[in-house]
Amino acid sequence: MKCTFRILRFDPVEDECPYFEDFSYEASEKKSLLEALMDVRNEQDTTLSFRYSCREAVCGSCAMVINGKFDLACRTIVDSLGSSLIVIEPLPNLEIQKDLIVDMEPFWQALHKVEPYLFPAEEIPEKGHRVEDRVMEKIDQFANCIMCGCCYSACPVVSRDERYLGPAALAKLYRFVRDPRDRRGFPRWSKVSTETGVWGCDTVFRCNEVCPRTVRPADGIESLRRRVVLGKIKQLFKRER
Amino acid sequence: MISHDILVVGGGLAGLSAALAADTRLSTAIVSRVHPLRSHSVAAQGGINAALGNSPDEQDDSWERHAFDTIKGSDYLADQDAAELLCEKAVPAIYELDHLGVPFSRFPGGVIAQRPFGGAGFSRTCYAADRTGLAIVHALYEQSLRRQVKVYGEALVTKLIVENERCVGVVIYDLATGQILPVRARAVIFATGGYGRVYLKTTNAYINHGSGIGIAYQAGVPLKDMEFVQFHPTSIYPKNILVTEGARGEGGYLLNNKGKRFMADYAASAMELAPRDIVARAIQMEIDKGNGFDSEYVLLDLRHLGEKKIQKRLPSVREICIKFLGLDPAEKPIPIQPAQHYSMGGIDVNDRCATSLEGFFAAGECACVSVHGANRLGGNSLLETVVFGKIAGQEASRHLEGLERKEPGEKTLLDEALAERNKVEAWMSRTSGEKAHRLLNRLKLVMSEKVGLFRTKSELEEALEEIREIREDYGRVCLSGICLRYSQVLVNMIEFACMLDLTEAITLGALRREETRGSHYRLDFPERNDADWLKHTLITLKDGRPEVSYRPVRITKYKPEERKY
Ligand SMILES: Cc1cc2nc3c(=O)[nH]c(=O)nc-3n(C[C@H](O)[C@H](O)[C@H](O)COP(=O)(O)OP(=O)(O)OC[C@H]3O[C@@H](n4cnc5c(N)ncnc54)[C@H](O)[C@@H]3O)c2cc1C
Repeated sequence: MKCTFRILRFDPVEDECPYFEDFSYEASEKKSLLEALMDVRNEQDTTLSFRYSCREAVCGSCAMVINGKFDLACRTIVDSLGSSLIVIEPLPNLEIQKDLIVDMEPFWQALHKVEPYLFPAEEIPEKGHRVEDRVMEKIDQFANCIMCGCCYSACPVVSRDERYLGPAALAKLYRFVRDPRDRRGFPRWSKVSTETGVWGCDTVFRCNEVCPRTVRPADGIESLRRRVVLGKIKQLFKRER
Repeated sequence: MISHDILVVGGGLAGLSAALAADTRLSTAIVSRVHPLRSHSVAAQGGINAALGNSPDEQDDSWERHAFDTIKGSDYLADQDAAELLCEKAVPAIYELDHLGVPFSRFPGGVIAQRPFGGAGFSRTCYAADRTGLAIVHALYEQSLRRQVKVYGEALVTKLIVENERCVGVVIYDLATGQILPVRARAVIFATGGYGRVYLKTTNAYINHGSGIGIAYQAGVPLKDMEFVQFHPTSIYPKNILVTEGARGEGGYLLNNKGKRFMADYAASAMELAPRDIVARAIQMEIDKGNGFDSEYVLLDLRHLGEKKIQKRLPSVREICIKFLGLDPAEKPIPIQPAQHYSMGGIDVNDRCATSLEGFFAAGECACVSVHGANRLGGNSLLETVVFGKIAGQEASRHLEGLERKEPGEKTLLDEALAERNKVEAWMSRTSGEKAHRLLNRLKLVMSEKVGLFRTKSELEEALEEIREIREDYGRVCLSGICLRYSQVLVNMIEFACMLDLTEAITLGALRREETRGSHYRLDFPERNDADWLKHTLITLKDGRPEVSYRPVRITKYKPEERKY
């Protein structure tokens, strides 16, 4: 299929502002957009920059906006896009470092703020932890996240308020809060009970829509909200007694 | 100048494990060409082996049995003491991963679930559905955040810096700024992964060029057993994305164009779960005999497992098939063919991950201990990365304990970086010449066609000749018009030189080894020959040329016997 890639180009060192550049390309059957971009770079413009690694939708490198839709370039099959003009833009809400490469630092910083790691018990139980599969299943959905940044960059709250932690970080926090092996405790994690944390979400569910891994981060945020409320009520009762 | 006690190169599982194990009083950093979460380790699907004995009717599994399976699977080329070390440490390693947050799948009762994998007598492979690599990398990366391990992401190491026969740092190409800089380190650990992309058909990530192995070789460190290249039986045709061995572990069948489970003709008792080298060759033979489809593939049939089990145990495989092939494995069999998958060989290290160069360590797929010998068992590689990654971190720390804190000369470091910079400038100033990616494709084609599953003397000789021609042409390629910031083209150009060294070492090792063992199958020498070849191949760069030598395999108590499945 003959198509035109209209790619947003920007080199902050050389260019005053971003601009679109067209490349024509003959896509063979089942070509992924990532493969196509590599061909364009190799054959037409070696300065075209974009991130990639695994090419099987699990490393989270190649998230971009393709004909207005957030997705991974590697799992986007060109001829399934159903259009010969394909507009390719970098993730919004993040600064462009070069062409389709954005600065992910704000995304990582937000993640760091939720202490996104298991707080293990002092000692490893002999023969390991005992956790039923049905309990693990509760976090499966969130453990599927590949940190591609689609949800963060599509989030309307993030675009308004850069202090907002964003969907990926909060969903990650929920994954640990639900994990019976985690020892962080309510007072520690409920720090996110703020307007830039769990209460910041607008519940428009853009994150659920754009996630290429069906993580549904908003489910995590809503569950965190419920747990915050419940936790606070429990604390109150404890104090009264 | 950036300066650390320990510099870990690579942010995959081996690198993360090494950094987490380093002495906390030392300053340790990871440098990686991609963010750690983008490392190839996240793509591992099937699982990680340890003799936990959790499967209800297999509680008598033991690490000794695991060691035996590993050694037998290796076609007796593994060093037996190293394989024993790996398997003994496997059990506590899994409990530690679980403790650090890896969301393993569970059996009723809450213990870690285990599934059968090829070449193993027991259900020994622990898993997190079919995204085990993703689960473990994320958990270890998260712990590295907790420990505040410094990470330099998107920086390609291009060279090891050696002064007075000691490794004192590396040169990096920093993608974000386009700069080429020296980094000082008192110890360097390479955890740079495999070289799958020297083949045209591979399950590996695009970034797996194996440059770490090439850089070590260029610094005079020997490479070991490079001729042993694993081809995975089941990669999706035509994109060569992996379908985990777990799919056969869960009960999947391999079918030819007559609808027959042809493994009955090749490994009557183990069937689909024979070791990878055997299954991969069987598939290729079926295709070559005309029993495949379009002379390209056979089928992996999961339909009888039922949609529910497929969704629960193999969700990523299903998702990949639907997304990339438009095919649901619950309804249709998957077209599969063998593809390069894993590098058994690598940087020659001992079981403490030390190399012949003082202050330089290596672990994970880039290293060869050797625990996998001539054929790696599925699930043993993730295990190797965590066990030996940890050992590398500990040993590098110990190495520094006794070492006086003498700072190496700044001059050597700066000079080396300057030399690298000059090299790049020379490439950029050339205005005409062949494009590097086309030349690289030629190299990949040679490897796939002549140094693949089946090998012969004449083809290997031809391959060697062609690799040497491509090396000459490489000296003339042109890079003009690139921008130094975020240049994947430059990365590829730098790594190309390493790939030339690797392919030469693989081919030379394969040509010299006149026997068939594990993944190395010589049509002209179809038998294993223990009398002459129970030894490791070592290839060292001497005066600009590869020099081949050999070292005996270390045997403890497992007598080499015929490998039957
Ligand atoms: C699709 C697939 C599925 C697999 N499934 C399984 C499985 O189920 N079980 C199992 O046991 N094994 C499996 N394997 C094998 C296993 O995943 C790998 O062997 C293992 O993950 C390698 O880990 P590593 O840390 O050594 O390397 P990698 O994870 O490849 O990491 C290498 C790191 O080094 C960095 N790097 C490389 N070169 C440079 C350089 N020059 N400068 C700077 N940084 C550099 C990279 O950025 C990366 O961070 C699978 C392999 C594949 C291909």
